[in-house]
Amino acid sequence: MTEYQANEQGLAGLKLMAKIREFERRMPLLSEEGLIRGSTHPSLGMEAIAVGVSLALTDKDAIASTHRGHAHTLAKGADFGRTMAEILGRKDGYCGGKGGSMHIGVKELGVLGTNGIVGAGIGIATGAALASKQLGDGSVAVSYFGDGASNQGVLAEAFNLAAIWKLPVIFVLENNHYAQSASIDDMVAQPDLTKRGEAYGVPSFSGDGMNLEEVYGLATAAVERARAGEGPTLLVLETYRYLGHMAGDTEIYRTKEEVEAAKSNDPIETLLARLIEAGVITAEEWETTSKELFEEVEAAEQFARNSPYPDVSEAFTDVYAKGASA
Amino acid sequence: MSAGKDMVTWRALNAAMHQIMEDHPESFTLGEDITTWGTGGGTYGVTRGLLKKFGRERVMDTPISEEVLLSAVSAAASRGTRPILEIMYSDFSFLGFDGIINQAAKNRYMFGGQFDVPVTIRSNGGSGIGKAAQHSQSLETLFAHIPGLEVVVPGTPGDAYGLLRTAAASDNPTIFLEHKNQYYDRGPVGTEAIPFGQARIAREGKHATVVATQQILSYSLQAAEELAAEGIEVEVIDPRTLYPFDMDAVYASVGKTRHLVVGHEAVRDYGWGAEFVAQTVEAAWDKLDAAPVRVGGSRAPIPYAQVLEEAVIPSKDDIVAAVKRTLA
Ligand SMILES: Cc1ncc(C[n+]2csc(CCOP(=O)(O)OP(=O)(O)O)c2C)c(N)n1
Repeated sequence: MTEYQANEQGLAGLKLMAKIREFERRMPLLSEEGLIRGSTHPSLGMEAIAVGVSLALTDKDAIASTHRGHAHTLAKGADFGRTMAEILGRKDGYCGGKGGSMHIGVKELGVLGTNGIVGAGIGIATGAALASKQLGDGSVAVSYFGDGASNQGVLAEAFNLAAIWKLPVIFVLENNHYAQSASIDDMVAQPDLTKRGEAYGVPSFSGDGMNLEEVYGLATAAVERARAGEGPTLLVLETYRYLGHMAGDTEIYRTKEEVEAAKSNDPIETLLARLIEAGVITAEEWETTSKELFEEVEAAEQFARNSPYPDVSEAFTDVYAKGASA
Repeated sequence: MSAGKDMVTWRALNAAMHQIMEDHPESFTLGEDITTWGTGGGTYGVTRGLLKKFGRERVMDTPISEEVLLSAVSAAASRGTRPILEIMYSDFSFLGFDGIINQAAKNRYMFGGQFDVPVTIRSNGGSGIGKAAQHSQSLETLFAHIPGLEVVVPGTPGDAYGLLRTAAASDNPTIFLEHKNQYYDRGPVGTEAIPFGQARIAREGKHATVVATQQILSYSLQAAEELAAEGIEVEVIDPRTLYPFDMDAVYASVGKTRHLVVGHEAVRDYGWGAEFVAQTVEAAWDKLDAAPVRVGGSRAPIPYAQVLEEAVIPSKDDIVAAVKRTLA
């Protein structure tokens, strides 16, 4: 397993996680202010998965994300300002305000979209891997999906297809133990979700999704397998979401104590402690760095707020390809 | 919560659900997050209190598995139960179209009339609250196109109550589409079931007939109000069910007004409004003084930003303009 180094590399991961957390922390506030329409799903607590996996990827590689996809998108390299602008429905958003939180795509970074349909990304990443094989471009594709999505039928078909065709796809199951209000304990009878991959001939591993080093190690190994033509891998990563399913969630399905307990294994705190211990950074230096990160996210938010709403005529563009018969 | 007074739509639906579960011991209800989410009764409260009253055997939270659920409830219906499945947003029903369209809708027919399929699929459609392209579609036309399905589109709390009771009692697979921007509309609610295939005259008038459903129905009533100030009396008709549908009500109205406008949120092109116009033209050409006008959603997915969303959905002003166009 490729160990993530408790050095400069670790510091870069730490910063990215912290910056994403600051970005996501703002979502409920922006929602309350009425700046976010519909629903938005922050992923505080789950940063190590998005960052750990992305660090094993290049711009050429593709990801297919979920309704809870800001972190996946940002970790893949998306600009914080433009991502925020999309969430606020602005002109400078990656999709010109047409997509919003649940439909952010960034072609040049291989972000095939956050997605409003639970489980859809599983099929999409499988297709990206199929394209990689057809084109021989050596890229790999990652599908992020939740424990809830693992109960969608597409999973069975995708596992089988990816396995028989040895597609370069990595299925990343983020087990945060809840699907909206449904507890995983009530929704699956076999809690070892790696068995689902194994049943289809997809090598499957579980790991601590709150630990950046562990995620990175598992992801790197899976990417190597994929690039070597050995086919798909399933990673089942244990994690937890600190906030409700979406802004406004009453959270009647879980206790405050449970949430607090989960926070004691925080991915950012854990890595920071390790880096301090290894002498890579001091607590004082991290305080300065944190402030800088805060400023960067603040600037991104201001950029988004200052971006104008799209022109009404944009409502009717891009329905069909330019120059096509329609 | 009993029916029989002024209520908001979600309460009316909730009252209907309680009544249905009592009336039909063979009924049960299921769906994603219907007992411990938000209000304790799904996204909009429709299933609130059911678990407490009827227990886990009859009120079931499901995994996120639309494909198997749509097919399984259909089969369960053909074996003698009366399931009511909630699909959180109608957009997600696409995952299970085989179950609804190839199986449930055709079951009676293919097997020579042996099977009843008394399943109700409850869901919501429509735009207006920024849910964007994958949570805002108006799919009623799509369902209405399929032989074997009944399609219900209640536009008021009273209709929501009365029509849901009929849906649950129906021996056909019924698609019951609530409108997500109308759950908090308030209005009178009766205590009786409302039969399918009987349109409702929502407002009487003599100069033009507007046939519209749900959100566009309420815009049409506002448009009628505005036009009345100019001396134009619009008759507004709510078909309430798109299959079966009540053309006689339309012919009767057009016989009075001699002008027809059809409005819906579903995409205008190939939309159900075209069906109403075509049937009127074919059967009641002599009752029309001018070409009918269609108003509907643009041929575009529903965008996220509010300015864009409003641009692709018909407004009150679009209805006013359509009435004036047919009267011009
Ligand atoms: C096909 C489909 N069904 C249902 C929903 C509604 N929904 C949105 S998120 C969600 C829960 C998803 O849970 P999980 O996959 O575990 O991801 P998490 O939210 O935990 O990140 C549900 C039921 C949806 N968006 N799409």
